[in-house]
Amino acid sequence: MKRPYVLVHLAKDLRIEWRSKDAANAMLFFALLVVAIFSLAFDPTDPGLHKFTGAILCVAIMFAAVSSLNQVWARELQNQVLDAQRMTNAGANDLFIGKVLANFLFLTIVEIILAPFFVIFYNLRVVGNAWTLAVIIPLGTWALVVNGVFFAALSIRTRSRELLLPLILLPIFIPALLAMVVSTSAVITGASDPGIWIKMLAVYDIIFTTVCLLLFDTVLHAEG
Amino acid sequence: MKNLRWLWLLVTLGVLAEGFRVAMFVVPPDAAQGDVQRIFYYHFASWCGMGLFYLINLLGSVAYLAWRNSKPATALKADSLAVTSAEIGVVFCTVGLVTGSLWGRAVWGIWWTWDPRLTSTFVLWLIYIAYLLLRRLAAGPQMRTLAAVMAIFGYVDVPIVYMSTRWWRTQHPQPVFFGGPNSGIASSMMPAVWWNMAGWMMWGIWVASLRYQSIHNEQLAEEEDTRQSLETAL
Repeated sequence: MKRPYVLVHLAKDLRIEWRSKDAANAMLFFALLVVAIFSLAFDPTDPGLHKFTGAILCVAIMFAAVSSLNQVWARELQNQVLDAQRMTNAGANDLFIGKVLANFLFLTIVEIILAPFFVIFYNLRVVGNAWTLAVIIPLGTWALVVNGVFFAALSIRTRSRELLLPLILLPIFIPALLAMVVSTSAVITGASDPGIWIKMLAVYDIIFTTVCLLLFDTVLHAEG
Repeated sequence: MKNLRWLWLLVTLGVLAEGFRVAMFVVPPDAAQGDVQRIFYYHFASWCGMGLFYLINLLGSVAYLAWRNSKPATALKADSLAVTSAEIGVVFCTVGLVTGSLWGRAVWGIWWTWDPRLTSTFVLWLIYIAYLLLRRLAAGPQMRTLAAVMAIFGYVDVPIVYMSTRWWRTQHPQPVFFGGPNSGIASSMMPAVWWNMAGWMMWGIWVASLRYQSIHNEQLAEEEDTRQSLETAL
């Protein structure tokens, strides 16, 4: 039986990553550095810091993701692989979704490994319902990855593309980051109900995933 | 065409002068805020200008994407229109942010607050600057396609901005139109709103027509260059 194209793309990306472990290692180390640097910059024993740990977690994830998303399509540029993929039967969106799912998995693994370090470095105590984080963080990660993979494809044929990606990705991502930070902080401090922000994050994900799917074909084949 | 443009400018200046007179001397001061509320007539006009030009930017970008293969000449015009309106939209957005900040200092006592509506508008400002940056950094004809895609992303953020006042608790006053009961402004103040809105829209359209002309000429020159270098290569 023939596998759907999206799974073929996903399997290919996972296999390459499994053999090289480039993206996950780099992301993990980078996120760890951000967490450590923030922990040095602020005083982790300060009880007031509790309010900001959610923000630091989200920003660490964001920086780690941006640093690796820059490389998402670089591999496809070697030996004109991307041009070959444009000529295959597989639709552009299969390629896109495969890429997004693969990177979503990498980033999720990084987050799971990062979590214990976070608890240790910041003496983290979650006052609210900790399981809510299992909804918030994947929603935020999806928002980051879906837009990140899209804009990485958009900036791949431009001058100074590694500079351009954060410049165009971050403004679009700000509403999601805001929702992610506020809801994570709400859960950690237990001070307010994160419900409305989780809904906002879900709506953001739905809207931007749809827009990405509608426009990816245009970006992939943009030549004039 | 040239005469029409000058005539338009004269009328615009007239409307703006009348708008200034009505806003500053004719309509009554706000009951609670006093004279400082008069900056609102400029603030509101800027948001309307921003809304109009970002909308034109979206339409131009969509038109470019739709026609880029079938009608290249029309598509090129649509693209000029898109970049023109993005630039003017950013100018209006900047004026809106500055006037809002001045008003905030007088009424709230702070220059800026990370209130959702302010935040979202600031995000819009960043997105359209990113759009203009992308146009600079991307090279070749594909830049127009990529920029058009980016413009659609930017505009998707606009409804989020507008709805944010309802989704989130906010410090910003309720919107003037469709804000529900107890929002909006007194009817005695409406003349100042209309005159300034009309005047600033006309000003925007006048600048847009100049900018459109110059951008379109640049594009045509670029196309001609490409054609000539292709011919020499052959």
